[in-house]
Amino acid sequence: MGFHLAEKIKQCYNALHNATPKQKVAGTVLLLAALETVFLFFHDSVVFWILAYGLVTLALIFLVLANIIKKSLAAFLFVVPALAIFSIFYIYPFFKVLQLSQHAWDGISPKMVFVGLSNFVEIMKDKIWWVSMRNAGYITFIALTFQNALALALALACDRQIRAKNFYRVIFFIPPVLSEVVVGLIWRWIYDGDYGFLNYTLNLLGLHQLTHNWLSDPNTALTCVAIIHSWKGFGWGFMILLAGLQTIPKELYEAARVDGANVWQSFKNVTIPLMIPVFVLVMILTILGSMQAFVLILSMTGGGPGYHTEVPVTRILASMQGSSMFGYACAQGLTFGVILMMVSFAQMGISRKLKQA
Amino acid sequence: MRLNKYTLTQHASGFLINVFLIIVSLTCVFPLLWMFGSSLKTQSTIFSDMSIIPGAMHWENFYLAWTKGGFGVYFLNSLFYTTIVVFGIVMVSSLAAYAFSRMNFPGKNLLFFMFLAAMMIPLPGSFVPLYVLVNNVRNVLLNAMAASTPFLLKVLPENFVYGTTSFIESQFYPRTAYILCMINVGLSFSIYMLKTFFDRMPKELEDAARIDGCSRLGIWRHVALPLAKPAIAVIIIYNALNVWNEYILANLILSSKNLMPLQRGLMVFQGEHITQYPLLMAGMTITVVPILIIYLVMQRFIIKGITAGAVVG
Repeated sequence: MGFHLAEKIKQCYNALHNATPKQKVAGTVLLLAALETVFLFFHDSVVFWILAYGLVTLALIFLVLANIIKKSLAAFLFVVPALAIFSIFYIYPFFKVLQLSQHAWDGISPKMVFVGLSNFVEIMKDKIWWVSMRNAGYITFIALTFQNALALALALACDRQIRAKNFYRVIFFIPPVLSEVVVGLIWRWIYDGDYGFLNYTLNLLGLHQLTHNWLSDPNTALTCVAIIHSWKGFGWGFMILLAGLQTIPKELYEAARVDGANVWQSFKNVTIPLMIPVFVLVMILTILGSMQAFVLILSMTGGGPGYHTEVPVTRILASMQGSSMFGYACAQGLTFGVILMMVSFAQMGISRKLKQA
Repeated sequence: MRLNKYTLTQHASGFLINVFLIIVSLTCVFPLLWMFGSSLKTQSTIFSDMSIIPGAMHWENFYLAWTKGGFGVYFLNSLFYTTIVVFGIVMVSSLAAYAFSRMNFPGKNLLFFMFLAAMMIPLPGSFVPLYVLVNNVRNVLLNAMAASTPFLLKVLPENFVYGTTSFIESQFYPRTAYILCMINVGLSFSIYMLKTFFDRMPKELEDAARIDGCSRLGIWRHVALPLAKPAIAVIIIYNALNVWNEYILANLILSSKNLMPLQRGLMVFQGEHITQYPLLMAGMTITVVPILIIYLVMQRFIIKGITAGAVVG
């Protein structure tokens, strides 16, 4: 009897393996729908999850007895610790977000209230959320332009110099190595309106009219935060761009020079075309990293004068810690994650077109 | 050396480039110097004295920050979490990576793809369900302990029972929860790095060990791990950096002062009524110095690890 069941399981596995894309999509959708209904009936009871894990363990033991996994049992044991931690701390939260985002819960009461998609409707109407998205977009814009232009300039400068290159590499990577808390607190102290070093230097140079309450002035706060985010981040772009520049063979530059190209022409016709994959990589890393930046903001301004330096993740934190709306916070996280994925896919599409050109 | 237009422009541009590089280097280093200098001032002079290194250097600020400011406790906590999490990640990820690279089992590709997807899919706000999970399990644990206490009291001495339950609740559980969360944070990247390394490792040594009768675990311990030292060094440094600099999970999971790591302690200290700025700067110096030392010593490794990944990927 066990043997027949094992045969059936093998057949299912083969069927899964050989399914057409349409069938795979349909199967995934059905599976997700089933999970949805399960979630609706079993709330956040830990007992449910213990039962679920217990069932999976029993199923695995049964399969072992049915001779399927017995040969690769050792291999499974190697992977089990990683799998266990991963499933508890990544897979469970992944589905928990799907569940919580459709409920309203304050984190304490034993019952959650199912509200369907109204959390997402709330998000669409939430002005502060879209202000925070715009702020994150602004920080990302500054990072894409100022930070990466600086990183490229530094990489080009260091590409030539052989002696001091290692020294500069070490120095420029110091800001990324520091923690966002430390960076935020130091620069908060330097930017301070009354006692900060920046205003002191401006006064010393006679530029009294330029002194501001940098982090409390709604006009300057976000730009200051964006600049410091770029300060902390340019080391990464510098490192990757420099590595990319070093893979361009020197002979190409010499050939260009023999052909009479000046600096700008050799840059345009040799460097840029060969660096496009690296540019794409740096761009996607910059976008994903800058949109999700938030600890720096917590330590520098805590959200800023009013909501001027709020970003999506600080809003999620505020929904959870400040307003105790766990369901809403999860809905925000889910929305933001979907937006980021769409941005990634759009960027990959653009980069593929660029690579073909 | 001829002095014509070409060499002049070469020298001028070379000079300007150097000036540019030096200016940027100064902006990278100056804030740290300013932080260190500020930590040597007193609360009364720190708002007026604008010198980078003050005349009167108050080294006792470091002692005060360590004891009264609580940064000694925070430092030991950070050290504790970093070493245990890094050790855990190295063990767990090298086992899994070795299995993904050298062994065959059903679902291997699917599982590895799952780890890869976890690296690439951004989950903003993932701390919300993690916080919920940690709290839920904590409640279950507390209920279980409360329910079993009457039975235990009949068998064991009262002090022991209450002592153990309060230890579990206030120390053992939050620390373990935080450590496991942090192991998960670094897991995907570490498994990916180690698997690609193991893939490129020559198989002959493993085959020789197998012929000599070594078990799979023995091969992992005696052959694979020693050969993977460069990759493991990269993983140790990368994860140590992440754990030492981590803030948000510590904020949510570790809420009592004697559990907090340095980053959390800094924010707590900074948020107190009248911030003692010199002590705060001293605390920040204590936070930064170990990182800087390890970075400067290991920088060749770190840079090699990053550029290798960037150029290949």
